[in-house]
Amino acid sequence: MDAAPAQAAGPELEVAGVAKRFAATQVLHGVDFSVPAGQAVALIGANGAGKSTLLRCCLRLIEPDAGTIRLLGRDVRALDPAGLRALRAEIGFVFQKHNLVGRLSALSNVLHGAIGRAPFARAWFQSLAPRALREEAMECLHRVGLAAIAERRADRLSGGQSQRVAIARALMQRPRLMFADEPVASLDPAAGEEVMALFLDLIRRQGLTLLFTSHDLAHAIAFADRVIALRAGRIVLDAPAATLDVAQLRALYD
Amino acid sequence: MRTSVPPRFEQPGILAFAAWLAVVAFFVVALSGTKASLGDLVSGAPQIVRLVGEMLPPSTARLGPVGWALLETFQMAFVGTVFGVLFSVPLAVLATRHLSPHPAVYHAARTAIAFFRTVPDLVWALLFVVSVGLGPFAGVLAIIVDKLGFCGRFFAEAMEEADRGPQEALSAIGARRSALVACAVLPAAMPSFVATSLFSLEKATRSSVVLGLVGAGGIGIELKVAMDLFSYDEAATIILAIFALVLVVERASAWLRGRMI
Repeated sequence: MDAAPAQAAGPELEVAGVAKRFAATQVLHGVDFSVPAGQAVALIGANGAGKSTLLRCCLRLIEPDAGTIRLLGRDVRALDPAGLRALRAEIGFVFQKHNLVGRLSALSNVLHGAIGRAPFARAWFQSLAPRALREEAMECLHRVGLAAIAERRADRLSGGQSQRVAIARALMQRPRLMFADEPVASLDPAAGEEVMALFLDLIRRQGLTLLFTSHDLAHAIAFADRVIALRAGRIVLDAPAATLDVAQLRALYD
Repeated sequence: MRTSVPPRFEQPGILAFAAWLAVVAFFVVALSGTKASLGDLVSGAPQIVRLVGEMLPPSTARLGPVGWALLETFQMAFVGTVFGVLFSVPLAVLATRHLSPHPAVYHAARTAIAFFRTVPDLVWALLFVVSVGLGPFAGVLAIIVDKLGFCGRFFAEAMEEADRGPQEALSAIGARRSALVACAVLPAAMPSFVATSLFSLEKATRSSVVLGLVGAGGIGIELKVAMDLFSYDEAATIILAIFALVLVVERASAWLRGRMI
């Protein structure tokens, strides 16, 4: 399962006609787009536009009502629970609020990235992990510049450090595709800039495909190859980032 | 613009008024039903004074056997609590709405926990004395079942309240339910688990004294024999010993709670 299959001929992510309703609110109205391998795509839109729901629907953290989703060549909605877990294990997901386990060490949290591929319980806590996994987790922490605080409890880390540990956890998955839901929205501007630059640098260096949501329009233009804008559950703009400016995107929020 | 001052008290509705009236009426009936009498209390006062007089000074004649019985009492409480807490964890997982494998399993687990909790430990002790015989093992079993009801409920509530963020993150990584529980839920619920477990050790220490009265081991039987033989000075020693044990367990558990949470 570890060996990456030969690069699929089609796009890494393909979404067609995806719809989702929560009670009386139709959050997504048949969204279509695809992302080729290696591209970084920013998903923008006002609060409630459906960005986070769309990301979660892609991994079925929220079940979509309609449409097809193909990730890494697999039909996500047709997968059984084991198949879904195997797919999720290959896709990194960085959340706005890092979502680390506060009472465990940074190293144990990073190790959790291997939970989908490690034998039973061997990636639960660093004390149970085989040497190779521990070393790989340390390497991931090193790549985000936090090897020195591997033993520190996650709830003792700063916001920026926590998000970097969350990125290391996603790297530990050896992902081919990365999702990020407003990865720096809870950080102050300086820390946000720093974490975003680090994150994109790691993504580019590994040639990963990235889909991230952001409220920071300058970030969207600076860090993405392409920007997709959602308004009330529909795509209203899909263009290369190089052709856009902040004022243009700001107008979409009016 | 409003100028009148609102009334001091809200006017009760007719149903609320009737309910209050029923409660007061039942209290009056209950007073006569329980034969509560100030006269009996006053006339019984000299008896209480005489009893206390006979208790003093506490006898040290059977200090050895009392000490061993006290140790056995605490052993029952400790072993029963350890097993009770251990068995409560998987039961509580099944009784946690979002972690239970099926709604039917969830409801079955919740019902079992409610049943274990509502039947008093003394009744469990009576049942186990009949099934495994007189002695501390029956008491241990009664404490285990009592803890399943107590810890099962509070553990499940702690797990339902655990932060869902890390759980969502691990689901997104492809974690199974077992990994989710072990890596995200248990660490988050651990402070509450520790507090509940220590509190249930205190509770088990107190209740294991009473379990002895029905023959389920421990110091309770010593107290009953002393009272039945009118050896009030010995009974006083036993009561003081129980007081000391409960106090030590409570102090130690408060200290541990402070350190571990």
